Amino acid sequence: MDLKIVNYGAGNIKSIQFAFQRLGYDAILSNNPDEIIKADRVIFPGVGEASSAMKMLKESGLDTLIPQLKQPVLGICLGMQLMCNHSEESDTKGLGIFNVNVKRFSNNVKVPQMGWNTVKNLKSDLFKNISEDDYMYLVHSYYAENCEEAIATSHYEIEYASALENDNFYGVQFHPEKSSKSGVQLLQNFLDL
Amino acid sequence: MLTKRIVPCLDIKNGRTVKGVNFIDLRDAGDPVVLAKQYTDLGADELVFLDISATLENRKTMHDMVLKVAEQVNIPFTVGGGISSVEDVDELLHCGADKVSINSSAVKRPELINELSEKFGCQCVVVAIDAKQIKGEWFVHLAGGTIPTDIKLFDWAIEVEKRGAGEILFTSMNHDGTKAGFANEALALLSDLVNIPIIASGGAGTIQHFADTFVKGKADAALAASVFHFGEIPILELKKELRKQNVEVRL
Repeated sequence: MDLKIVNYGAGNIKSIQFAFQRLGYDAILSNNPDEIIKADRVIFPGVGEASSAMKMLKESGLDTLIPQLKQPVLGICLGMQLMCNHSEESDTKGLGIFNVNVKRFSNNVKVPQMGWNTVKNLKSDLFKNISEDDYMYLVHSYYAENCEEAIATSHYEIEYASALENDNFYGVQFHPEKSSKSGVQLLQNFLDL
Repeated sequence: MLTKRIVPCLDIKNGRTVKGVNFIDLRDAGDPVVLAKQYTDLGADELVFLDISATLENRKTMHDMVLKVAEQVNIPFTVGGGISSVEDVDELLHCGADKVSINSSAVKRPELINELSEKFGCQCVVVAIDAKQIKGEWFVHLAGGTIPTDIKLFDWAIEVEKRGAGEILFTSMNHDGTKAGFANEALALLSDLVNIPIIASGGAGTIQHFADTFVKGKADAALAASVFHFGEIPILELKKELRKQNVEVRL
C-alpha cells in the first residue's frame, strides 16, 4: 500500500511513521503533490500552533491540494483542526473540509487537556472493533464543536467532536499513534477502509 | 472523562536504566526500551526518561535511546536532563519524544520556556520544579535539588505558566525518597494557582498515597520510580483500587 504522510514541517511525524511500521507498512514523508495525489492513503499530521502551521502549508502549496484528494485522508490533532472551517487560535482560516469551527476550552478546566479520555457516540468504520470504553491519548487546547460530521465525541468541560468524517476525509483529535492498542486498531481500520 | 495518569520514571545513565529494576522475566532490566515496553503492557499511561548523566558526549546515546523507544512504544513519553536550548529540543522531538522536561536551564534563563513554547507548542514543554519547604516556605532548588535558590515555588509556577509551559512536574524534596506520601497540600495549592496540568512527584509508597494525591492534592498525574521498578505497587492493582475509590483511570 502506498501510504504518504504530508510533510510540511509541523509536528512529531516520527511517531506516526513508527506506528505504521509496527503494523508492517512504510509510511513515506512527502511534500510533493504528484506523489501525494497517487497515494492510496494520506496522513495529514500537525502539532503546534494553527496559524504558523497553516502558513507552512500554504508555502508548500498543499493547502489547495489536500481538499481535492479522493483517497482516504486522515488528519491527526492539529491536522484535523486545520481541515475545519475556522480556528479561534490566532483567528486562522482552515481548509473548510469539515463544516465546523474550532474553539478554545474555557479556563474552567485545565488547558491543555492532556491525557487519556474515552470516545463516545462512535459512528464510522474508522472505529470498528473500538468500544466506547476505550481510551485515546489527547493533548489539545482547542476543540472542534460537536456537529453533524462528528463520528466520535469526548467530554472535557463540554461534549466536543473528537473525530470527524466527510466523504473520504477523516479527522481525529487524539493521537492514535500514542493511544496504545485502541490507537493501533484505529490506524489499522484506516488502512482497511 | 479525562483520566488521572500513572507515570513511571526511568533514570538513564549512558543509555541504560539505573537504580536497579526488579521485574520478573525481563531479559535485560537495564535496557530502557525493554522496560518501556513492559510498562506499556502493564498499563502505564505515560513514561518519563531522565538522563542523569546528561553530558555532551552522552547526547548521541540519548538520541539513539529516544529513537528506539519511539520505534517500539505506543504511549507518550517525556525526556528530561541537560536540555538547555531550542536545538536540544528540536533534536529530541525529531527522534520521537513527545515532550521534554526542563528544570535548571529554565530557572537560569526563563526565556527558554517562551522560545520552546512558541516554536514547538506548549503541549511538549514540561517544566520540572524541585522544591523544598524551609520554615514553612517552599523554595526552588536546582541541579537535582542540591542547590538552593531564593525563588519561591508558587511565584515560579505562575511565571512558567505565563511563559508557555504546558505542564508542571513538581517534586517535593521533603517527600522524595520517604515513601510517606506526596506533598498534597502544596500540590493542591499549585493546582488552584495555575491552569495547566500538574504531575505530582516524590513520596509514593502505597496505593493510598496515589489516591490521596489525586483527591487531596488535586494532581493530574502521579510520577514514581522505585515502587514500580521493584514491583512493590503493580500498576494494574493500583489502577483498580483507584477506580474503586472513584478516581478516573484508564483500565
